[in-house]
Amino acid sequence: MTMEEAEKILVVQNLKKYFKTTFGTVKAVDDISFDVRFGETLGLVGESGSGKSTTGYLTMGIYTPTAGKILFKGQDVSVHALKRPKHIKKDMSMVFQDPASSLNPSKTIGDIVGLPLKIHGMVNSSSEFIEKVAELLETVELPPERFMHRRPGDLGGGEKQAVAIARAIATSPSFVVLDEPTSALDVSIQAKIIKILMKLQQELKLSYLFITHDLSLMRNVASRVAIMYLAKIYEYAPARLFFHNPLHPYTKMLLSSVPVLTDEEEALKPRDVKSTGEVSSAINPPPGCRFHPRCPFATNICKVKEPEFVLTEPGHYVACHLYTEKS
Amino acid sequence: MTEQPLEIKDLYVGYRTYRGTSKVLDGVHLTVNAGERVGIIGESGCGKTTTMKTILRILPTNAVIQKGEVYFGGKDVLTIGKNELNELRRKHIAMISQDPTAALNPVFNIETQLIDIIKYSEAHKGKKTEEFKAKCVRILKEVALPDPERVLDSYPFQLSGGMKQRVCIAMALATPRHLLIADEPTTNLDVTIQDQVLRLIKDIVEKRKLSVILISQALGSVKGFVDEVYVMYAGNTVEVADTKELFSNPLHPYTKGLLDSTPKLTGGGFSEGIKGRVPDYINPPSGCRFHPRCNYILSRCEKEKPPFIYVDGNHGVACWLYCKK
Repeated sequence: MTMEEAEKILVVQNLKKYFKTTFGTVKAVDDISFDVRFGETLGLVGESGSGKSTTGYLTMGIYTPTAGKILFKGQDVSVHALKRPKHIKKDMSMVFQDPASSLNPSKTIGDIVGLPLKIHGMVNSSSEFIEKVAELLETVELPPERFMHRRPGDLGGGEKQAVAIARAIATSPSFVVLDEPTSALDVSIQAKIIKILMKLQQELKLSYLFITHDLSLMRNVASRVAIMYLAKIYEYAPARLFFHNPLHPYTKMLLSSVPVLTDEEEALKPRDVKSTGEVSSAINPPPGCRFHPRCPFATNICKVKEPEFVLTEPGHYVACHLYTEKS
Repeated sequence: MTEQPLEIKDLYVGYRTYRGTSKVLDGVHLTVNAGERVGIIGESGCGKTTTMKTILRILPTNAVIQKGEVYFGGKDVLTIGKNELNELRRKHIAMISQDPTAALNPVFNIETQLIDIIKYSEAHKGKKTEEFKAKCVRILKEVALPDPERVLDSYPFQLSGGMKQRVCIAMALATPRHLLIADEPTTNLDVTIQDQVLRLIKDIVEKRKLSVILISQALGSVKGFVDEVYVMYAGNTVEVADTKELFSNPLHPYTKGLLDSTPKLTGGGFSEGIKGRVPDYINPPSGCRFHPRCNYILSRCEKEKPPFIYVDGNHGVACWLYCKK
């Protein structure tokens, strides 16, 4: 393992996932590569259908990759979760988008949060079980005595998501996939859940793969950002560069579409791109750069040749023909 | 038309449930002047949609209007007869709902659904069916839908979310109206499509000089669109102000909390959010309904409901903090 690899908890190389449907093959994830470093939050942004959730599922082994490699702490885990060693599964966990459907409505909160403890044999007696579960509920700011014996149906959306987070950290993992953890919640609740997540990351030294479509949220949580459009990553940069110097036209279009509150934010929005068109079909993606039908700067080369990643400044990668000649 | 197309006064609406009556709307008031654009913001479940449904009297059957008046063009919508109500829905008020998938009928194609609206509107009485199709194409072009002929032949499931919402906008604006109610028109759409749809509504509204009520949870999209903002919390109108004033100088603790919780594109981390959650409407908190979540609570907040007072011109707030003794 080289020095560089040693600081990466997750490395994804040329990952592909195709789904066969009656209408043709859907390329949900098509040849993407990224990595997550220890203790950081990698943000994965994209619109619905861009393949960001599929990427999250692939890392967790919920789907088997069609091609490509997933390395977790240097170990190849590019197989289905059923085939992964137990200690790896213990070390990775996930928080899903909709807490209403990710929690079993007939179980009590205590059972839900404690299940991973039982599966991984982390508790020996029932008193230890209760003690551990209470501890977990406290870390997500839910008073155990009030919540332990209730069921998901009695809880509000924010509380349910807090339970899902408690379950995710039950086995003290080092890597957590957060798949739109707050998109089903109101803004006032979202702020609280994000606070809890950030606090946990500090305390437990967690690495996050944070999937969201909300760029304003991303600005506040991620250290690096990867942007996906139609199954491919088109820009990949540290968060500060990503927001202050967006390069790819799609990034600019997304940023210019974000509704903002203050004038400072307004000033940050790119002026030269306005949102037009719609996301093309994933079954028949456009040839060349997949964004070209919506791109105001599209030239002939964009229609035929897929752009390669170029490094424009330290850590800032972009796949766009506009920047290929300059480098 | 009178000066005020819409005025809601002291509206109380509840829903009958097995656990008892949930008292959702608790004294809502709202005024929309001719040509004015009004925004309503608030969390989910605070009664925004219930208020809008009351205006059109399309509430579900278990809803009870306990008290209140809704004047549209000088008439109380809540007491008018069936014919007048039909006329109101047909000629005066249009609504764009939150979920375009649920708003369109899945078993009819777009053409059938669009023609129905045109056919039954007053403006096209006695015209031939062939003329309607040309009109449909024109309307779809107006909402920037490419290839309108194909869209007319399609069924809703063949269209994307953004296209369906455009069709809904086309339906709402197919015939001349006075008031447009847009109930979270962009919540179910992607960011880039959201931006397109909002710009489209804005353009059309400006062109036709309509009055608009825009409901949204996304504070940013309200900000760029409306003249005046109403903040609702748990069935109460808690604050009203001109858009600029509200975002620069929010008064009610709830509005402040809401603005603080919104993540900023410039970064800078997060506030604490607002503790707790929207109350249970069957047993709502006494006094000010916000008091269990409020950081500035006074002793009288638990006992008495704060009156709605205007503190500065058009800037009104319902909070004891701003009531002088």
